[in-house]
Amino acid sequence: MDFLRPATWEDALAMKAARPDATPIQGGTDVMVEINLDKGRPTALLDLNPVAELSRWSWTAGPAPMLRVGAGVTYTRLIAELGGWLPGLAQASRTVGSPQIRNRGTLVGNLGAASPAGDGHPPLLASGALVEAESVRGTRLIPIGEFYMGVKRNALEGDELIRAVHVPPAAGPQCFAKVGTRNAMVIAVCSFAVALDLRARRAGTGIGSAAPTPRRAHAAEEFLAGELDWDGAGPVDPALARRFGELVAEAAAPIDDVRGRADYRRHALAVMARRALGWAWAEREV
Amino acid sequence: MKTETRTSLGVGASAPRPDGALKVAGAFAYASDLWLDGMLWGATLRSPHPSAWIRSIDVGPALALPGVFAVLTHEDVPGAKFYGLEHADQPVLAVDQVRYQGEPVAIVAADHPETARRAAAAVVVEYEVRAAVTDARRAALDPACPLVHPGGNVVRHQPVRAGSAGSGAEVVVTGEYEVGMQDQAFLGPEAGLAVPADDGGVDLYVATQWLHVDRDQIAPCLALPEDKVRLTLAGVGGAFGAREDLSMQIHASMLALRTGRPVKIVYGREESFFGHVHRHPAWMRYEHGATADGRLVYVKAEIVLDGGAYCSSSPAVVGNAASLGVGPYEVENVWIDAYAAYTNNPPCGAMRGFGAVQACYAYESQMDRLAAACGLSPVEIRVRNAVSQGSRLATGQVIDSPAPLAAMLGELAAMPLPGPPAYAPSGSRRQGGSGARARGMIGTREEPDPRRLPGGVGRTTRGEGVRRGVGYGVGIKNICFSEGFDDYSTARVRVELLGGEPHALVHTAAAEVGQGLVAVQAQIARTELGVDRVTVAPADTSVGSAGSSSASRQSYVTGGAVKAACEAVRRRLEALAAADPGLSLGELLDRYGPVEETREYRHRPTVPLDPVTGQGDSHTQLALCVHRAVVDVDVELGLVKVVELAAVQDVGRILNPLALEGQIHGGSAQGLGLALLEEIQMRDGRVLNPSFTDYLIPTILDMPPMRLSILENPDPNAPYGLRGAGEPPTLSSTPAVAAAVRAATGLALPRVPIRPEDIALAHTG
Repeated sequence: MDFLRPATWEDALAMKAARPDATPIQGGTDVMVEINLDKGRPTALLDLNPVAELSRWSWTAGPAPMLRVGAGVTYTRLIAELGGWLPGLAQASRTVGSPQIRNRGTLVGNLGAASPAGDGHPPLLASGALVEAESVRGTRLIPIGEFYMGVKRNALEGDELIRAVHVPPAAGPQCFAKVGTRNAMVIAVCSFAVALDLRARRAGTGIGSAAPTPRRAHAAEEFLAGELDWDGAGPVDPALARRFGELVAEAAAPIDDVRGRADYRRHALAVMARRALGWAWAEREV
Repeated sequence: MKTETRTSLGVGASAPRPDGALKVAGAFAYASDLWLDGMLWGATLRSPHPSAWIRSIDVGPALALPGVFAVLTHEDVPGAKFYGLEHADQPVLAVDQVRYQGEPVAIVAADHPETARRAAAAVVVEYEVRAAVTDARRAALDPACPLVHPGGNVVRHQPVRAGSAGSGAEVVVTGEYEVGMQDQAFLGPEAGLAVPADDGGVDLYVATQWLHVDRDQIAPCLALPEDKVRLTLAGVGGAFGAREDLSMQIHASMLALRTGRPVKIVYGREESFFGHVHRHPAWMRYEHGATADGRLVYVKAEIVLDGGAYCSSSPAVVGNAASLGVGPYEVENVWIDAYAAYTNNPPCGAMRGFGAVQACYAYESQMDRLAAACGLSPVEIRVRNAVSQGSRLATGQVIDSPAPLAAMLGELAAMPLPGPPAYAPSGSRRQGGSGARARGMIGTREEPDPRRLPGGVGRTTRGEGVRRGVGYGVGIKNICFSEGFDDYSTARVRVELLGGEPHALVHTAAAEVGQGLVAVQAQIARTELGVDRVTVAPADTSVGSAGSSSASRQSYVTGGAVKAACEAVRRRLEALAAADPGLSLGELLDRYGPVEETREYRHRPTVPLDPVTGQGDSHTQLALCVHRAVVDVDVELGLVKVVELAAVQDVGRILNPLALEGQIHGGSAQGLGLALLEEIQMRDGRVLNPSFTDYLIPTILDMPPMRLSILENPDPNAPYGLRGAGEPPTLSSTPAVAAAVRAATGLALPRVPIRPEDIALAHTG
């Protein structure tokens, strides 16, 4: 196994172009676990830690600025520094592993691994994030909904690296919920994120660990856009919340596995979606 | 000479353990840290199949790899090809067939661990896969079931017959219960270092529970006399029964003797799940008959334990399940059949609680059913049937030391209950950057602290669907080895002057596996000898056997041996003092030199259970623990938060309060894990979750604070009146938690661990 250690982003892109087989590594909380389990041992590791600029975040330019979260920003920093703008993502980040894992692991690592169980995916889907992929050939922004291609497969070309992820700041309340059999330090049995956009009068959704890829619940989003009384006061109509939960569950394609049964995952998604909508809606009244 | 002076860290004090600070600081040397220059690394090739014939093994490709020093198969085993704790039925390396997934087939020594692993993978084994026997009930009870071993699939069948079956009951409750396969989940994987010696023997440094019985099994396989197999205990990272059976001991020794180099073997976490026995899964059918006012008339039970591919300690586990199968209750008429069966599942053997755990879950579930049927509270049904000193167990054995179960239940029930569920705002606000605050996007509504609710940090509820439940559990555990086993320990104690001060050296072969025994041995020496400065020598086979660090027995038996050896030393010192009055201890030692004595200590003998009636005084001591669990359950999602565990345990005499509380906390946590989380999931003989990612053990957010009451009703037969304490809390916490979840949900929940879907889908279905 070769260990490549670029000093700059340009070096990293050049190395990745020369070695498309290289696996990028940042915190190593996923890559090293896979290596320890001897699953698909990489032929080369591309260590991005020396590339200091990756650990920064900033605002993008333009009329609708987004947060540009560098590939080296850890969950701990995301929670502490960006939690106010990205509350759903911060909630999800708090459920990642243990404090030690959150100190090392990065949101972009989640994207690179593209596990359907990654905690960062549902809020990114709900917010409509963009993945900034770059190679020596240039830069492109991949809409998050087009990024996940299959179980642990993403839309990156062999010579591309993720430089950052662009996330719109919350335009309304956001909630994330995750079912695990244990009360902490657990991989999701299933998870759900909702993000209300009060200006656009729409809701974004994200489903985790209940399909080959993280995915949105499109019908549930359209249902809310059309049926939710966006001007209404008081709590969300229970029947509407229940229908929303059903539509979220219908959008999932879960399997039976060692962490849970498909029928339980579907059921739990319906419950979480119903509750999360209620919480988000109530928060709007504050 | 004066020896009656109380030392400050003697029996009864919370003497600090010498390994404590090192472990917390990460500086303790575990067996996996062993190192010798020039050593080789061993690796093990294991069967991918639960059941197969081996048609051929080609080690050539492995030997051809640079850096490989040896590749061995069963043909290279120097002596006996089979070993085992109770029956030598387990091959050192598979001979012509494999009987479980993970069975060792070949071993490799190489100059790098990665080279060793790759070489193991390069061995070519041609298997002819057979159908696996995976249903223990069928293996035990169906004569048409294919055989795992030629002698039959029943490892042991132990009946217990007392009184007459089934008469005069006004209330009858029946139930079928299941316990999943729990793992000991120790954190330090199997590890050891074998060093070839000049005399043709081997010195083995290993993390184990019983050095001498390891040696008894290793030496014949190496074709060496016992004195050429010398074992020293290396740092043990937890055991809980999983180190009673051999793992890498013979393999590393074979490789060391073959290569003439030290060989170290360390299992990885995944390999560890295949490298040790597990707790027997159990299927149990119970019928309880009682009078209308809830007094037991009879109990019938059929208990089937899955022994897996090899015998291990299954016969003794069956003995416990049978003899303790009705629990600590008075009942005249008993009809129990307990079985362990061979299957092609992983071998099962010792784990904390040892057969008593499975039965306890079932009989306590039955007591709750009986309470409901009689209109009594769970506490009242137990009090009405509770044993006490003088009670007769199902085996006819009379409990001849204090067993104040009714009073323990009364004390437990009187303990204050925790406050209401944590739905109220906790005062914790969301975190956010100040910039975000300026943009006005911070939610300001206060949420309840999710860590206090079911679902924990997953934030799945803010009180929705949450129901509170309270449940009780009672357990009885035999302490020390039972059924006629010659159960003893040996201690050598030497008192001498070191640097002008009296000093005691305690030497036993007792394995410190994390329970705190080193500290307790030193405490006993301080109390008995009045000497402050005590060293406990490393445990090894240069002193007599201490027996196993299991069955909650070491404080009793090795504690008894250390006490006896100290008393013998003290008598000699007193004789010297009488002959030479007026001298201090230091002056006596200065004049007469060191005083050393070695003693063996045995507990009262026991007898085997009668193979037909199950009668007999099979246990030397019995211990009780009772638990109350308070849980909050999100009934819609099936997620559980244990809010509080309270326990009352009678330990006879407290030797070290801090260590004892740790044992009760730990045992309770392990029982909680069995109730809610811990299961090795199997399909067709294959393990589905051999990792701590998917074999979930409780975290600090899953284990609640405990309220403890520790009683000291001495057992006159035991040293200091003590009663073994490590296992009893593991029994009763499981049924207490399960009962609390039942109370919260109204569901029958006849299986542990209780899975979220067992609750959530039952409520929707």
